[in-house]
Amino acid sequence: MSRFIKVAAAASAAVLALAACGGGGDDSSSAGSSSGGATVTDAQVDAALQKGGTLTVWAWEPTLKDVVTKFQEKYPNVKVDLVNAGTGDKQYTALQNAIAAGKGVPDVGQIEYYALPQFAIGKALTNLNSYGAESLKADFNPGPWNSVNSSGGVYGLPMDSGPMALYYNKEVFDKYKIEVPKTWTEYLEAARKLHKADPKAYITNDTGDAGLTTSLIWQAGGKPYQVDGTNVTINFSDAGSQEFQKVWQTLISEKLLAPISSWSDQWFQGMGNGSIATVATGAWMPANFVTSAPAGKGKWRAAELPQWTAGANASAENGGSSLAIMDKGANKELAYGFLKYANDGDGVQIRVDGGAFPATSKTLADPKWLGDEFEYFGGQKANEIFAKSAQNVVTGWSYLPFQVYSNSVFNDTVGKAYVSNTTLADGLKAWQDQTTKYGNEQGFTVK
Amino acid sequence: MAVPAVAAPPPSTRRVRRSYRGWQFVGPFMIVFALVFLAPIVYAIYLSLFRNRLIGGNAFVGLDNYQQALQDPQFWSGVGRVGLFLVVQVPIMLFLALLVALALDSGRLYGKSFFRVSIFLPYAVPAVVAALMWGFIYGSQFGLIGNLNDALGITLPDPLKPSLILASIGNISTWQFVGYNMLIFYSALQVVPKSLYESAAIDGAGQLRIIRSIKLPAIRGALVIATIFSIIGSFQLFNEPAILRNLAPNAITTYFTPNFYAYSLTFSGQQINYSAAVAVVMAVITMIVAYVVQLRGTKDL
Repeated sequence: MSRFIKVAAAASAAVLALAACGGGGDDSSSAGSSSGGATVTDAQVDAALQKGGTLTVWAWEPTLKDVVTKFQEKYPNVKVDLVNAGTGDKQYTALQNAIAAGKGVPDVGQIEYYALPQFAIGKALTNLNSYGAESLKADFNPGPWNSVNSSGGVYGLPMDSGPMALYYNKEVFDKYKIEVPKTWTEYLEAARKLHKADPKAYITNDTGDAGLTTSLIWQAGGKPYQVDGTNVTINFSDAGSQEFQKVWQTLISEKLLAPISSWSDQWFQGMGNGSIATVATGAWMPANFVTSAPAGKGKWRAAELPQWTAGANASAENGGSSLAIMDKGANKELAYGFLKYANDGDGVQIRVDGGAFPATSKTLADPKWLGDEFEYFGGQKANEIFAKSAQNVVTGWSYLPFQVYSNSVFNDTVGKAYVSNTTLADGLKAWQDQTTKYGNEQGFTVK
Repeated sequence: MAVPAVAAPPPSTRRVRRSYRGWQFVGPFMIVFALVFLAPIVYAIYLSLFRNRLIGGNAFVGLDNYQQALQDPQFWSGVGRVGLFLVVQVPIMLFLALLVALALDSGRLYGKSFFRVSIFLPYAVPAVVAALMWGFIYGSQFGLIGNLNDALGITLPDPLKPSLILASIGNISTWQFVGYNMLIFYSALQVVPKSLYESAAIDGAGQLRIIRSIKLPAIRGALVIATIFSIIGSFQLFNEPAILRNLAPNAITTYFTPNFYAYSLTFSGQQINYSAAVAVVMAVITMIVAYVVQLRGTKDL
């Protein structure tokens, strides 16, 4: 117990010059909750929903707002307090602080798949198997379901997923008579052709992105991370990782990548004005195109991700998140009721209507959904491409139980390859070494 | 506990009363001082003696964190970087500030108050806003540098590349703090009696001689203070790297400056205990350097 208090205040006290960050949230409930590992039945969950109470949910997913409204209409006794505590890292920091402080912890938190093992192993989350979550397996796509399974438990229900696709600016491709690349080798050729024709245009942007790198290695069949409880192996010299290095090293060496970071203003400008011609990322991207790069409307299309082996149809996930129940949260039955509603029940359709990309297999087979025409993509039925990608995600991938830390030092190590003579191979090796060191310091056995 | 206060002899009572009166005045300050100054420092030191791990929990490790910090190449590279920043940026900034202060003080400048305000103005811009603004100026794709490249058909070096990033940050700090230091020097110059200048002029001293022999010695205290502030400021460099990192993630590492390293350790790796040790070591280094400068600067005043 006291260790949590210590850690909590540390956030403000340790770094003398920094302003305090404190405990994150403020309100939240006080009454400790029941069910220490015991099995909770659906009937008990229903009873909790009818009885009502207050739930605090930390999430940044915009479509949840509508879900909460409808949820409260259905269960008028339940009051859901939806809090945006920041996106990704920022929310995790707040969450870690709240967990460490032991107060202000929300009941439910949105956690991306890559970060889930870290929270699971830190005993911050409730194992949903005691609520019968195992029986929901068939409702979800294998990729996301695999992602919420960690150290022998189910630690969240998949909310959305990010099967990858290649988004490309058709206008630019047509102008320079470039074919849509089917393999990454063709992609490299396209990059050269485009940059030669217009020195201000680039095939894509990249300043070193841990998520993209791991996803592409995943697609290439690499398995750099092997996790068995606290025994972890990290190895960036397997065949899949090398496949990725070959192509990406060439893109870097020949200066074919725009030195613009993703999610910056420059990025969206570049997508709007044609100087960034493709983006390889998850199926959740279209909504971002519409809101942040309106100038590209009608010019962009989605295509299948280029392949590492000609003729194959492998894919990978990029991003995607789950809703998890905090171990320290009160009212867990109620929280589970909300999770099921939002991610497996009526909430799924509400979110899909709002533009989210689902993790449920039912939606992916729904002809009406598959037939949706995307205005931004010139009326293309892009969901067909995304659904196919979702089914072709390479199995067997796992993230590290300390991926959040590892990704934070990606630019310290691999990033050097983008701005100096360091090779990508050396950068990945340095990343591996530093992550290994951290893992061992944290009590894992990392090789 | 065993001795009742009432039984105390008269002289002692008098002494007690006197000391109470003093504490009544100092007390409120001492309480706040202990709470907001001493407590966090003591707490950081306490924390730095433990190690909390994802697997295995919390344990007392004595001085292990300090030993690790003293052998940590990333920490020392950060210290080296702020050290370099200190010996290059601080002299330039203070020299410019001094130059402006002397110019304003000479009384020969036209539009004196306009200059004084406009040079001081950057100090009023919040540090975060300043870093964001300069980040935009430095942008070689769509920023001012990019626009200049396009308009003039030239290729300026990218200010955000690894070899230039420290200089670019130095430029921001200089822009921001010249006015502040100028104000310190200028107000120190204001209190020098004008009669000294007159008698020096009668003795045949020129302006340069007056500066060297009267003005500079007169504001020596202010120079020392400004230097110490600048040293502490350099060692605490944080805002600029933290903000510019979004634009130049590969040029600015998570251990770019000691402060930023402590921040990264805490918030990315949950290494709160080690971070506390790094912060304490850095505080000691800062104190030593500042103290040495103070000793030397005030040696024969």
